[in-house]
Amino acid sequence: MFSAKGVLGLRRRFTNHLFTAAAAMASLLVLAPLFAIFGYLLYKGLGSVNWAFLTHTPKPIGETGGGMANAIVGSGLILAIASAIGIPLGIGAGIYLSEYGKSRYAQVVRFTADVLNGVPSIVMGIAVYALVVIPQGHFSAFSGGVALGIMMIPTIARTTEEMLAMVPNVIREAALGLGIPQWRTTLSITLRTATSGVITGVMLAFARIAGETAPLLFTAFGNQYWSLKPNQPTAALPLQIYVYAISPFDEWHRQAWAGALVLIAIIVGAVSIVRVIAARHRVSHSA
Amino acid sequence: MTAPAQGEEPEKPQQDSSEEVPRTVSGRERRIALRVNWRTKFAEHTFKYAMLACSLAVLAVMVLIFVQLVLHSKLSLQQFGFKFFTGSTWDPVSGDFGAWPFIFGTLLSSLVALVIAVPLAVGVAVFVTEMCPRPLRGFISFMVELLAAIPSVIYGLWAIFILAPLLRQYVEPWLGKYFGWTGLFTGPAYGIGMLAAGVILAIMIIPIISSITREVMQVVPQQQREGVLALGATRWEMIRMGVLRNARAGIFGAVILGLGRAIGETMAVTMVIGNRPAVAKSLFAPGYTMASVIANEFSEATDDLYLSALVEIGLALLIVTVIVNACARLLVWSITRGTPSRSYV
Repeated sequence: MFSAKGVLGLRRRFTNHLFTAAAAMASLLVLAPLFAIFGYLLYKGLGSVNWAFLTHTPKPIGETGGGMANAIVGSGLILAIASAIGIPLGIGAGIYLSEYGKSRYAQVVRFTADVLNGVPSIVMGIAVYALVVIPQGHFSAFSGGVALGIMMIPTIARTTEEMLAMVPNVIREAALGLGIPQWRTTLSITLRTATSGVITGVMLAFARIAGETAPLLFTAFGNQYWSLKPNQPTAALPLQIYVYAISPFDEWHRQAWAGALVLIAIIVGAVSIVRVIAARHRVSHSA
Repeated sequence: MTAPAQGEEPEKPQQDSSEEVPRTVSGRERRIALRVNWRTKFAEHTFKYAMLACSLAVLAVMVLIFVQLVLHSKLSLQQFGFKFFTGSTWDPVSGDFGAWPFIFGTLLSSLVALVIAVPLAVGVAVFVTEMCPRPLRGFISFMVELLAAIPSVIYGLWAIFILAPLLRQYVEPWLGKYFGWTGLFTGPAYGIGMLAAGVILAIMIIPIISSITREVMQVVPQQQREGVLALGATRWEMIRMGVLRNARAGIFGAVILGLGRAIGETMAVTMVIGNRPAVAKSLFAPGYTMASVIANEFSEATDDLYLSALVEIGLALLIVTVIVNACARLLVWSITRGTPSRSYV
């Protein structure tokens, strides 16, 4: 402190301020694209999101109007299949890791889950193409769901594990002390206590796969018409946005922005629900 | 707490394990005790093995992906061998495949992304954990996490229509004028090209780098900070000597994780990189990456050799990202002691 007024102190204080300013600038610079993206989405998308967009299928090239109704519904179908595969397996794996996971094997699973989480989604797409699409002989909503579903497993497994690990052991011991079998304790006591945390993990995984495009390119493939059959090529919102964005037509560009706005609304909706649940979770924990 | 106990009351005496059922009970009671015990054990084991099966799914997915990719790239693996990765002709018509332009594009675009993203991401992490006023803290980290929630295809859409024109009109002419001598910024400014891909990748990997950096910085004990401050350090000196030095292995891990993301990122890059398999030094020139060639050509690949060449690129991507992620996880785990990462971005 005593050198703070000297020449050396001046230089050090200057460096201190310089780096504080630099860090603040970095934060501003990082947030700028976020505001730019949301701003443009609203600016370009709001004008094009209307009732027709939400209820009609695409029109042929050159005609105005039409919408992405089939893509929105198709996305819903694919995401439902993905959730049916990914959520139970993910939560189950998370329970195993947290409640029985002291072995070396569990450590391997943990590590694999983390590595799997970093495997590019397009590679998942190729693998599912080879596993499902080739034997089936055609593209399908089911294969798209499988690709997205297996992407959910590692994320959900790790967040579930983390949330279950946060439940105090005293609660487990109290339940076991009452003579409740361990499996029942895990399901009705431990998992119940951690419900909001587990839901948070599930929603985050859902938000992440909802916008995935790459693995759907050669699994769900896309479709210009209505299709609700899980074994048929199916349109998906991110795919449709991609196709429209790289097309040379202004009308399609307009629709791509509208589709992007709908997609981001779904995802931000999911993430905000998570924030609300997480906030409530924290309160209940401290209470 | 008393309510569930009441429900379990009738079973309570039978909960003792079979070996310890007292001799004084009647034969019938003993049989019931054993039966309930057997049933409990059965349920216990069923549940445990069901959960074990779920955890096996994680390993199975990994193995299946690897096996399928190897199987379906066999044709190309046998035909080209290691030359596949060094050859630079990509000619589906004559069946000659070399992946070097794509590998080059992936490496260069990821490198550009890292150069832009790392200082910014570490800056945000430092600002949020050490400097910014408390009320702002949650807001900024939420905003950065939101950046991670935006789908790749929306980044691509934004990059095509906003970022690329911006680069073409303002940034690239300026860079060409003042830094053209480096050779990195020469040639016509298209907007679409390696630079655009690098910038959009940087925006996309900032959240993961900064949130993991924040995580490892939080693990640095408070005493370290107090100790350095007590020696008369300014706040920045405390951050540099007390925090960043201690967290550097973890930060390095975070950077490598970001690299892994950049390597595998597909859609946004495909939309702005220009998709031309050329090896050019200038960042203004269009390029092509491993992930984008798969995205563009996979569903059009008609003959078997073409398809297996694309799968082989996928296999190379898989192996590289697995290695990169494994290294990064080990580094981060060594800091955070194996607790699961909070940030799944």
